[in-house]
Amino acid sequence: MTEAPTAAADAAPPIFYQTEADENDHSSGGTMLGFWIYLMSDALIFATLFATYGVLSTSYAGGPAPRQIFELPLVALNTAMLLISSITCGMAMIAMEEGKARTTQIWLAITGLFGAAFVGIELYEFATLIGEGASPLRSAFLSAFFTLVGTHGLHVTVGLVWIVVMLVQVGQRGLIEDNKRRLMCLSMFWHLLDVVWIGVFTFVYLLGVVR
Amino acid sequence: MSAHQAQNAPAPDGGHGHGSRRGYVIGFLLSAVLTAIPFWLVMSGVLADRQITAILVIALALVQIVVHTYFFLHVNPRAEGGWTLMALIFTVVIVTIVIAGSLWIMYHLNNNMMPMSGDMAGM
Repeated sequence: MTEAPTAAADAAPPIFYQTEADENDHSSGGTMLGFWIYLMSDALIFATLFATYGVLSTSYAGGPAPRQIFELPLVALNTAMLLISSITCGMAMIAMEEGKARTTQIWLAITGLFGAAFVGIELYEFATLIGEGASPLRSAFLSAFFTLVGTHGLHVTVGLVWIVVMLVQVGQRGLIEDNKRRLMCLSMFWHLLDVVWIGVFTFVYLLGVVR
Repeated sequence: MSAHQAQNAPAPDGGHGHGSRRGYVIGFLLSAVLTAIPFWLVMSGVLADRQITAILVIALALVQIVVHTYFFLHVNPRAEGGWTLMALIFTVVIVTIVIAGSLWIMYHLNNNMMPMSGDMAGM
């Protein structure tokens, strides 16, 4: 800020932009809506991958069909991990609202552990499939399967990195407004991944086995 | 604007809502049931008819997506002045067009481009 403009209009200094702190009473405002719109664009990425899978899901090229390679008990376990991480994430948000930094961290860490279990089970599943010869190179169906499920797994992994970052940030600075805003975005991201997973376990695994 | 909003919306959820403990538990229980039923339907194969099983599984998934969106993502007509709901509806429309449109086009393409049995016989 220079001296000249303030001297010229001392009574009402012009405001060219507003920082977030001015505008918001409570940690969010435009950020939450903006992040929501980003999430919707992410949903569109998944829509194209679902469409691709839908188109290619019967192109086996003489390779294995879903019924032969999918293990539903493993998928059910995986789904349970993600579902439980959803409610622990919710508990972290409630602890955040109550201003309990330590409790927030604990719930976040539990969420991260369930998320890590999910990614671990998925990697085990992928490794088993590739070991059986059902690699992405085998058929168009398997290419589409690995792309769709792998993209979701990659998102969860990014969410895990975000959780670790937030654990450190809350540890260092506590529940300041910035951290609350970040945590709320993280929560939305995590829950949206759960919604995408509903589509994955329904359309890829369950309907694949029923077909 | 923020002061105005605070006066008009004294609800615990405020303008954008973070949910309550009760809301999360209800959402979790509902989604646990809505996940268990389709897995049970497919894994036990209680229904002999695959078509009916598939329709039920899809219907349960759609219900569960609504449950998640309401209880976990807190999307409702009041959140962010209705804009999250508007963005969601817009996205649902685009997603439906992309998925249904792709399947429709490619299904017909497959039907019309694949060599028919008659063609094969002539070859």
